[in-house]
Amino acid sequence: MSELKHDSRNAQQAADQFSGPDDHGHFGRFGGIFVGETLIAAVEELDQIYTKLSKDPAFWAEFDKDLKYYVGRPSPLYFAERLTAHYGGAKILLKREDLNHTGAHKINNTIGQALLAKYMGKPRIIAETGAGQHGVASATIAARLGLECYVYMGAEDIQRQSANVYRMKLLGAHVISVESGSRTLKDAMNEALRDWATNVDNTFYIIGTAAGPHPYPKLVRDFQSVIGREAREQSLEQYGRLPDALVACVGGGSNAIGLFHPFLRDTEVAMYGVEAGGDGVETGRHAAPLSDGRPGVLHGNRTYLMSDASGQIMETHSVSAGLDYPGVGPEHSYLKDIGRVNYVAATDKEALNAFRELTRMEGIIPALESSHAVAYAGKLAATMSPDQFIIVNLSGRGDKDIHTVAEIDGIQI
Amino acid sequence: MSRISKTIAALQEQGKKALIPYIVAGDPSVPLTVSLMHALVANGADIIELGMPFSDPSSDGAVIQLGAERALRAGTTLSDVFAIVKEFREQDTLTPIVLMGYLNPIEYMGYEEFATQIEKAGVDGLLIVDLPAYECEELFAAVRPKGIDTIFLVAPTTSDARLESICSNCTGYLYYVSLKGVTGAAISDSKAIEEKIALLRHITPLPIVIGFGIKDTESALKMAAISDGVIVGSALVDRISHLAADQSYSKEALGTTVGLIGEIREAINTL
Repeated sequence: MSELKHDSRNAQQAADQFSGPDDHGHFGRFGGIFVGETLIAAVEELDQIYTKLSKDPAFWAEFDKDLKYYVGRPSPLYFAERLTAHYGGAKILLKREDLNHTGAHKINNTIGQALLAKYMGKPRIIAETGAGQHGVASATIAARLGLECYVYMGAEDIQRQSANVYRMKLLGAHVISVESGSRTLKDAMNEALRDWATNVDNTFYIIGTAAGPHPYPKLVRDFQSVIGREAREQSLEQYGRLPDALVACVGGGSNAIGLFHPFLRDTEVAMYGVEAGGDGVETGRHAAPLSDGRPGVLHGNRTYLMSDASGQIMETHSVSAGLDYPGVGPEHSYLKDIGRVNYVAATDKEALNAFRELTRMEGIIPALESSHAVAYAGKLAATMSPDQFIIVNLSGRGDKDIHTVAEIDGIQI
Repeated sequence: MSRISKTIAALQEQGKKALIPYIVAGDPSVPLTVSLMHALVANGADIIELGMPFSDPSSDGAVIQLGAERALRAGTTLSDVFAIVKEFREQDTLTPIVLMGYLNPIEYMGYEEFATQIEKAGVDGLLIVDLPAYECEELFAAVRPKGIDTIFLVAPTTSDARLESICSNCTGYLYYVSLKGVTGAAISDSKAIEEKIALLRHITPLPIVIGFGIKDTESALKMAAISDGVIVGSALVDRISHLAADQSYSKEALGTTVGLIGEIREAINTL
């Protein structure tokens, strides 16, 4: 591929509604820094170092090199012909993040943050994980760089994702079971924040999604934007024009912001973020704060949240552990409010159908997270014409989910 | 002069240190919290910090999180917190009360409504753990006109540049966090704390109290000796965890539960 441009290399671009965040991490009224005093110095230090390094071409050269030789980028943009024929309408193209080393987009971000940890001289990294993909990606990069690694994971998720737990252990990471609260991703994040406050001198916290206090939403977005930059270039190369629509699943929203961000100024490209509709948004049993939540403050930033009427964070529900989170990255909240991205939801059932359809029609087993995006893309494609095309972010592969799906099918493996 | 400032000034005049217990509102029940507050005062508490329970208290350790979970299971809301303070005030108009907690429940209620309610209930101060100085303007614009003190944490990691902005936003007292970590951890380096307090004295005339990790008379004595007072939280919440929500307790029984406060009072009065 020809030289890819990083956002930070385009910093001289005129400020507009997409050039956020501001110096304190605000995307409009969202984002910011809402953490205990003990952690303020750490996020400020990270911000200073990232601001400096992101202007250094040598930093990005090292990042690009790792993405190419270690992750295996660029990931292909693949035309899913039989799936397209099945849904009817617009062509469906899959951005194959499932083919990355470790099986998901998560590695793009951990490569970037581990480089920051290295520059900051931190010998110990911590991470939170839901489905285990970010935990595996963190454990992987820790093994490669010889860093000590602790992964916090909700006890509930440890049950659901035992294969990933074992992978992390094989990679030498310590997996810590989180028994507090709802025992899922949000509680793992609380526990990781506590660890960070305690071990702030020697520890780098690799946040897995585009949420958390500033500068995390920004730097995670910058690292994941390789997805959108490649997709944009591949679209021009393979089809001679930009796509008509982008579709990505949204839990915390890192794969979605990574795909969307390089296209935000291309007004002709429509964008759809697909949240986890669980049993259906109308049932209340879901993980779709942008569809059915309201702004609040959690885990360091102001964003749309699922809280009860008294502001307590609600337990969420989704068949996919990676989307089972009551908040969402603050830039998505902003993009919702300004109307640039449409946020929709797919139910557990729709996602499971898409999981089976993609598996049977294309020979690609998608992650249950990504299956939400596929499900919505199918509906969307049917409303569009055959000369149009949609890029779907196939953010991860489904090997980790076969136990979940088998259990739903009543099969023991 | 606010009730908090008056209380601390009076203590300083007598050469005494402030003793500030922290309990979670609604743990284990709303009525028991009011009784516990009176028991704390009877045992020598000067100011009470009342935790507003939150589902995701990421700056707190396990003990206080469990306390918050018990309070939430009992159905405690912000309105219950106001009701607790109001009922306490019926018998005690002297002891200052500081509400401590996280921003989200307040954000959901609305800043103006929250400010009106805490003033009506008789709250004296506010400490929002996840609201740093550069995000506080809007909330403070609502609570300051009601005469509410806005208290801040200073941590061992706080930079000198931030100290100035914190001190300029802080009223009532400054809460110095004794350690890097969460509530309930153990203090390891009291020499470093002493140095930081000395530095703070040059920057601000505010009273400085120390919290996090004070769990017995020994640690309280050490910390009180180098500051204007101590905050005792996790050790107390741990003892309260043995109370049952659906049982009633005599004054004596609750006095025993919070007996640690009486012991610490006696110890620090020797300073």
